[in-house]
Formats: sequence, structure tokens, C-alpha cells
Amino acid sequence: MRRLNKLTAAAAVTALVFAGAGCSKKSSDDESAAGEDCVEKGDVKVGMAFDVGGRGDQSFNDSAAKGLDKAACELGFEVKDAEAQDGEPESAREERLQQLVDAGYNPVVAVGFAYSASVGKIAKANPDVNFAIVDDAVEGENISNLLFAEEQGSFLVGAAAALKSETGTIGFVGGVDTELIKKFEAGYKAGAKAADPKVKVQSVYLSTPPDFSGFGDPAKGNTAATGMFEKDADVVYHAAGGSGGGVFQAATDAKKWAIGVDSDQAKTADESVRDSILTSMTKNIDVAVYDFLKGVEGDDIKTGPQVYDLKSDGVGYSTTGGHVDDIKDKLDEYKQQIIDGTITVPSK
Amino acid sequence: MTGSRMTRIALALAAPALALVTAFLITSLVLILAGDDWLGVWSQILSWPTNRTMVNIVNSATVYYLSAVAVAIGFRMNLFNIGVDGQYRIASFAAAWVAGEALLPGPLNIVLALLAGMFVGAMWAGIAGLLRVTRGVSEVISTIMLNAIATAVVAYLLRKVAVREEGSNIISTKPLPEGSRIPGIPFLGGEIYGFVVIAVIVGIAYWVLLNRSRFGFDLRAAGQSESAAVASGINVKKMMLVTMLMSGAIAGLVGLPLLFGQAYAYGSTFQSGLGFAGIAIALLGRNHPIGIAIGALLFAWLDQQSNPLQILLDVSPDIVKVTQGVIVLTVVIAYEVVRRYGVRLEQRHVAAALDPQFQQKEVSA
Repeated sequence: MRRLNKLTAAAAVTALVFAGAGCSKKSSDDESAAGEDCVEKGDVKVGMAFDVGGRGDQSFNDSAAKGLDKAACELGFEVKDAEAQDGEPESAREERLQQLVDAGYNPVVAVGFAYSASVGKIAKANPDVNFAIVDDAVEGENISNLLFAEEQGSFLVGAAAALKSETGTIGFVGGVDTELIKKFEAGYKAGAKAADPKVKVQSVYLSTPPDFSGFGDPAKGNTAATGMFEKDADVVYHAAGGSGGGVFQAATDAKKWAIGVDSDQAKTADESVRDSILTSMTKNIDVAVYDFLKGVEGDDIKTGPQVYDLKSDGVGYSTTGGHVDDIKDKLDEYKQQIIDGTITVPSK
Repeated sequence: MTGSRMTRIALALAAPALALVTAFLITSLVLILAGDDWLGVWSQILSWPTNRTMVNIVNSATVYYLSAVAVAIGFRMNLFNIGVDGQYRIASFAAAWVAGEALLPGPLNIVLALLAGMFVGAMWAGIAGLLRVTRGVSEVISTIMLNAIATAVVAYLLRKVAVREEGSNIISTKPLPEGSRIPGIPFLGGEIYGFVVIAVIVGIAYWVLLNRSRFGFDLRAAGQSESAAVASGINVKKMMLVTMLMSGAIAGLVGLPLLFGQAYAYGSTFQSGLGFAGIAIALLGRNHPIGIAIGALLFAWLDQQSNPLQILLDVSPDIVKVTQGVIVLTVVIAYEVVRRYGVRLEQRHVAAALDPQFQQKEVSA
């Protein structure tokens, strides 16, 4: 009995110490490092809620973070970000947005369509705060929707694929079978057909919602692309986020071409596979985020859908590596026609 | 005898307390090694929650509770149902689809959807139960596989019945009609899921069934010793199958608080991973309905209180996953340590009672 008492007493004391620690102090917020050329911090505080993956995903979230950081530096905004956890409940997303609002962050930028319902709800509950959401069209008086004409950029890389293909067969690897990724596929196919009406396009999606693993599984990407290369395709475009690494590996192994997505992946992908990247369809989320934040500074916030397309440089194609230099004139011609409206790119 | 009763209670409480303290220490160590503000983290997590957070804690605990009870039923029978995760997802989908179709008016529709969810959950778990009793396939293996299959089946079926909103990437079943939602209960200025009531009923039913019924006795007997159960005329195979079906039926309820109280549809953003949290909580709560409730509240508390860590302190909320994981590990070890200590304590009492010389002998030894 005596030893037991000692044990429980020790446990109780330790528990109390911890509980006591609870009331001690609240640490001050961290200082976000300001670069040398950055302007001084003003009083605008921007909150950003990331999708699963957060900063460092070398893709979607990082692109938004780039725009945020640029605004922090050039506009002197104080910024704070928080990321989502895989499989979290809807209430966690709402909480994240509300806590940013509670901590005085205004505007709040939500990255990714998973925030659709939560932004709608929290924006309604906080009419004095401005919200922006990337890739979703949820409506609200204080919501700016940062949307992209992915089909237009995909049209150009589709044309590049068809022009570069020797076998007349090209491939498309989609991450998850969603409306968003279908836009990439539709534009890609249209571009390919425009450049070569006889081209054959193979399409595959790595997973179907609610399974979102297709955005983060390089092994699946590799298998899908290898299968296409074995069936005659010699250029494969991926819109599969993190699974794209597998597509690049497959192209390198098969000595064929791959096309990157979202950012200029010939600069960001693993060094060993960069030479297989023909071009990338760039989706400049950073531009859109920065534009929105600049609007905040100028007190000129545009709410509602803001579509970033070829015309506004929201989407495009990259030329790193010089692999598309020989067809650049042709691609720029298509680009001009799309901007003029001579070509209308389907989005479905 | 009050002395030994006190000892028993103290021993029962010592184990979880020991586990919690160890988990806190280890988590703090991780935070300190990573150079994070560990005091700040604990002061946030242990601070009294705001009303809004309190509502979220209760809601999230409700869901965890159902999941843990589903796992615990299996544990009592020595069956490890890892498949609660798959069972609740496929059952939530089925219930959402049935409720969305609105075959019956208002509240009747809710009842129908509840039954559909429980039925589908039971059937999905029943596959593993049937494989176990007829072919001797370990339910651990089969339920893990059924989880993966459930993901695929739901993905496939969701596309068949889904409605898509223009311009949105989220696909989901048809939203429940207004009359078929379970109204919330006002609580601290917010609303907690009306489903809390159902969770409490499930907890009471679980206790009564296990401790106050012939069936519960058979179940516990079969769980503790199969051969003894057979000798006393219990049909162990039947018990196994029935236990799996019940575990699955409760698992079928896990996602429904979310469905009827918040999401109103099953879609691509429906919460996942609840089945695994249930395993941890059932272990923590020692399969006891009250213990599970405390465990569920603790996990929900940690989850919800850690939400603002990133915003306030730049510490990833993932840190509480470390705490939760360590709690589960240490709780298992702590129960064993405390059990052995209890046994030794008893032996010494017995020895002392039988042999008055014992004390002296021990000293001289």
C-alpha cells in the first residue's frame, strides 16, 4: 500500500506540475523574418489556410505561399498560415478560418476547393472580413474566387505534345477524377487535335473521389505512364500533383517525354528527371494571390469570380530546357488565337 | 474489505494517470528537442476551451465514442475489428444515399437511414465474421483488406449517385431534405449534435448487454477462454459471428452524427480515419462504457485544443497525434505494470496472512 501511495502521489504531483505550467505564460507570436529588400511591416494581417500538404508540397500550396510571401515582402503584410490535416472533419476547416479571423487576420485566403463549404459559412458569419478561395466558385458578398482557365494552358501543352510526338499517340495522367482535373484533360485533348487531327490520346485517372491518393502517389503515376509508353505513347502530360514525380521517372526510364503541371517543373522536379520534361503547363496561383492582396492594399478588392487565363498570364507554358524552342512560334500563335477568341477551348 | 476495494480503485486509476503523465513528458521532450515553445503548447492545450471549442469537443467526442464502442464489442470477444474504418464509411454512404432519396417523410426517413447504415455496417463486418468462422481467416487481415475495398466501392458508387454542383469540385450524395436532419441541442451558445442522445443510448445498451444479459456473459466467457466456453455449452462460432455483426452495426452509426448534424451529405470531404481513433480510445477506456467516454473526450479535447497551435505558436497540430499515439502505447504498458504490481501486492497480503514469519523472512533475505 505504501508503494502504491508513493506511485499515485508521484503521478499526481507530476500532473499538477503540468497543469500548473498551463497557467504560466502565453508566448508571444513569432517574428516572421523580413528580407533585406522588404518594406516595413504595416498593420494588414493576412491569414492563409492551406490544403493538405501545406507549405513545402512543391506544387499547389507552395505556389499560393509564394504569392503570400511576395505580398508580405513587397506590401509589408504580416502573414500567418495554417495547414489542413488529412481526413479532418468539416468543423476543423471552419475552426481554422474562424481562428484566423479571431486572431485579427483580414483578409483570409483559403487554398483549395476543400474549403468550399467552410469559406461560404465563415464568410457569412464574418461579413466584415474579406475572404479569397483558390479553385472554387462558392458565392458570397465578401468572397473573391481565384479561378484559372487551366484548359487554355493545357491546350498549348496539348498542341506541343502532338507536334513533338513521332508515334501520333500521346497520354494524359489525371490525379483524381474531379471536375477540376477534367478541365486539364479537355484542354489538352483539344490542343492536341488542333495541332494534329489524327492524334490518339490515352487518358487515365489515378483515383476517384473520395479517394484523393492520386494526388500524392508517385508509384501510381509511374505505373500509369509506363503503361502508356508501352502502348506507343511518346509524350505524357500529368495533372496529378505529387504523383507527377512517378510520371517523370517513367519518361526518363523509357527515354520519352513528360509534361509537367502547375509550376515550371523542369526547375523544381528531381534533377535526374528534368531532361525528360518537355514543358510544363504553368498555373500561377501566386500571381492570383498576389493580385488579390494588392487589391487589399489599394482598397480595391474584387469579389466574385476572378478568372486567370492566358491573357492575364494566369496560365501558360514553360520553355525551360529549350525543348519546345522549335515549335514556340506555333504555340504562341495558338496562344494569340485563344486570347483573341478565335479559338474557344472547351473546359469539359 | 473496504481497504482492498480502495486499492482496486486506486490501481485502476493509477494506470491511465501514469500513461497520461508519460505521454505528456514524451511529447514535451519532442517539443523541446524541436526547439518549440513547449510551455506555450501546453498552456494552449490545457487552457479552458472557448464555448465554440467546447461544442466541437463534445461533437467530436460523440463520433469517437461510437467508434470506440464498436471496437470494444469485438475486443470483449477477443476479436480485433480493425475494419470499423471501412464499415463506417460504407455505412455512412449508404445512409446518406437512402436519406437523400427521401423515400419516407421526415423523421421516418431518419429511422430508415439509421437502419440502413447499421445494416450495411453489420453486413460489411459480417463478411469478416463469416470468413473467420467458416474458413478460419483472421479478422485482423480480412477487415484491413475490407477497409481498402470499402474505399473503392464507395468511390465507385458515389460517382454513380453523386450530384455535382456547377463550378465545384466536391461531389456528394443528394443532400438530406430539411425534415430529415437531426436538430442540434443548444449548448453553451452553440449546438451539439442531437446524435449525442443516440450515443448515450448506445453506451447504456452496451453496458446492459454485456454485464446484465445471458448473451453478454456468453460473449465475455468466450472472449476470456474459448475452451471453457465450449465446455459450458456456448456456441463460440455463433458468438463470433454475432459479435462481428454487432460491432459492424455500431460502426454503421459512427459517421451518422456528421451526416445528420453537419454535412447533410456524403461527399469527398467526409471525415475519414475515425475507425482507427476508435481502436486507440477503446484501449484507453479499457472497453468500459464510462472509460471510453472519458477517452473519447480526452482525444477530442486534444484534437480541438491543438487546432489553433499553428496560428498562435507556429507549432503543427500534428504534435497531438504524437501525444495520442504515446498515450495508447503507454496505457497498454501502464495497465500491465499496474496489474503486475497489484498481483504482487495481493500475493504479499496472502503470504503475510498465511505466514506470520513472512515479514521477518523478507527482511533477512
